[in-house]
Amino acid sequence: MEVTEQVSRARTYPGPWRDPQRRGTRRDRVQQHSNGMDAAAIARGLGWFSITLGLAELLAPRFVSRFVGGRGNNTALIRLYGVREIVSGMMIFGQGKNPSTALWSRVAGDAIDIATLATAAASPGVRRGALAFATANVLGVTALDVYCARELSRDDRAPADGTIRMARSVVINRPPETLYQFWHDFENFPRFMYHLKSVRATGARTSHWVANGPAGANIEWDAEITADTPNELIAWRSLDDADVPNSGIVEFRRRPGNRGTIVRVEVEYKPPAGKLGAIVAKLFNESPEQQIYDDLHRMKQVIETGDVVRSDGSTAGMGSIRQDAARPQLTNGGVR
Amino acid sequence: MRATCWHGKRDMRVDDVPEPKILNPRDAIVKITSTAICGSDLHLYNGFIPTLKKGDILGHEFMGEVVDVGRDVHNLTVGDRVVVPFPIACGACLACEAKMYSLCENSNPNAWLAEKMMGHSPAGVFGYSHMMGGFAGGQAEYARVPFADVGPLKVPDGMPDEQVLFLSDILPTGYMAAEMCDIKPGDTVAVWGCGPVGQFAIASAKMLGAAQIIAIDRFSERLTMAVAKAGATDSINYSEQDVLEALKDLTGGVGPDACIDAVGSEAHAHGAIYAYDRFKQALMLESDRPIALRQAIMACRNGGTVSVIGVYGGFIDKFPMGSFMNRSLTMRTGQCHVHRYMKPLLERIQKGDIDPSFVITHRMKLDDVADGYAMFCDKEDDCVKIVLTP
Repeated sequence: MEVTEQVSRARTYPGPWRDPQRRGTRRDRVQQHSNGMDAAAIARGLGWFSITLGLAELLAPRFVSRFVGGRGNNTALIRLYGVREIVSGMMIFGQGKNPSTALWSRVAGDAIDIATLATAAASPGVRRGALAFATANVLGVTALDVYCARELSRDDRAPADGTIRMARSVVINRPPETLYQFWHDFENFPRFMYHLKSVRATGARTSHWVANGPAGANIEWDAEITADTPNELIAWRSLDDADVPNSGIVEFRRRPGNRGTIVRVEVEYKPPAGKLGAIVAKLFNESPEQQIYDDLHRMKQVIETGDVVRSDGSTAGMGSIRQDAARPQLTNGGVR
Repeated sequence: MRATCWHGKRDMRVDDVPEPKILNPRDAIVKITSTAICGSDLHLYNGFIPTLKKGDILGHEFMGEVVDVGRDVHNLTVGDRVVVPFPIACGACLACEAKMYSLCENSNPNAWLAEKMMGHSPAGVFGYSHMMGGFAGGQAEYARVPFADVGPLKVPDGMPDEQVLFLSDILPTGYMAAEMCDIKPGDTVAVWGCGPVGQFAIASAKMLGAAQIIAIDRFSERLTMAVAKAGATDSINYSEQDVLEALKDLTGGVGPDACIDAVGSEAHAHGAIYAYDRFKQALMLESDRPIALRQAIMACRNGGTVSVIGVYGGFIDKFPMGSFMNRSLTMRTGQCHVHRYMKPLLERIQKGDIDPSFVITHRMKLDDVADGYAMFCDKEDDCVKIVLTP
């Protein structure tokens, strides 16, 4: 009986997005975006093509040379290219459902092939017709490689409109009731969310948020609670005139066996300068995932130990990108 | 204050640095009376542990007198004499509740860095790289001790520093190595590495009832100490003997019931295998040289236990998985959960079961710490353990 129940509860991991509208694996997305052309299937074809061509280059380099219009020399170089092709092919199969890295390696290989063929065109004794035919073929395959590599490299977290999404969890050694209450008091947040300046309740379901923006500017918005199930979840979204439109949901799930509570946060926001803003933020090493990771771990420290934990190298605590030497600093603001 | 700072590979200096202040309400400041150089500090000294920064204060074995406490520290008062455990633990997370203190979930502010290297992060540690928290160490005049309400152990005034200092790390570490072997009366335990941790692993195996304890090293003075002071029944010098053959001979062919690797990532050996690992390490194809670990696995009896207490930092090569799996071996590992063992081991010292000061071969002033590191690293002057006083 217990077993049946377990089986009925078991499910396939749906990916980070619980909201069915957002859900979807990379492969699904590729299929949606490519009007029926399945990049992953093409990639597998390219994988077999790589391995076959590689074996031919490795085992019959003279034949390959003549086939593309050469004189049957440079066998060592062609054998080397053969090894490269086989490695690319094996990488495609080795990377499972998303072989984008392997495909980019194929694109690099294509560039080398094109350069080689171009060099060959200048040398005496080549058959121009065969060479042109070979070059056309390589260009065709290159186009396919680029297409597949781009499709498979599409990032789930960065949809076309520049919205950024992320989901992170942390386990906290407290019951869901305590954490729900702590979270419900938004005014607690700036203690562990370093990007927030202040949060002020403005009504039963509304609050006003001020965050540190780029170049010392403030980013402000009003938020409202859109769902609130005591001890289970809280969802919110920013109101219409927000500088940075955002929404999110936090869920509290008791772990079996009295092992604390999983706090899972899903946040979505549209950065000020769209995709560019996110890229700039990443350059400064403040990726959204890292931020939410740091925020959640500082929250865990505040709840479990009473304060954000600081070391001499990370005086600001969790998430300090800049590391001082691990020695007491003159500038440390002590507490007592 | 004066403090031992890392400035690069084999470059330790005593710098003048600001004195520590309370940063968290649960901190205490300790004026250090005795500290030591640990074998694992040599991995830092030799540049094998990533994420060190120029100017970092090293040292994680220290004790002293409490001179200041934060507002939330109620168990200590100024003037108390304390030994400080090397892992930093909050006492409140699930790992601490399970007494896995070296896996504290809150004490490493750079956990994300350690996660990149190891998947998940262990606890913060004093003076042991930024990946392990970026905490200033204790080879200094003063140290800030976070979670001072959880870690430091008060010691009675009558006991000299040298008897209790090693409760900070190497005595509990050696003890845990032996405890992980799950020793039953009559067992044979082999210990690779007769540095201070190996010596205490041998002494602990004896306290826990092992009948035969085999010490393995290449330095005859360490083997002599293992037999004369720690309680080993046999010793093997691997410069002179083939370890696997010798262990078979000493155990009637079956192998030791438990094998302790008290060597870790910078193992030495003779011949082709050593050359192989040095070569792979030089090419950055492996970060650690697991020579002792490979031998421990191959030597262990069918169904036996391999206890890994020597420190590893990254990735190893040629791990004998076939031997490990087909022969039903168990491997147990971990940085010592020091907090768990401090009180019971203090009691054992008080009862006279063990006097840990037998490992000390050298006493130096803090100002001479650079010479101490070089001497300990190169095993000059029969050096086994150096105690420093400010």
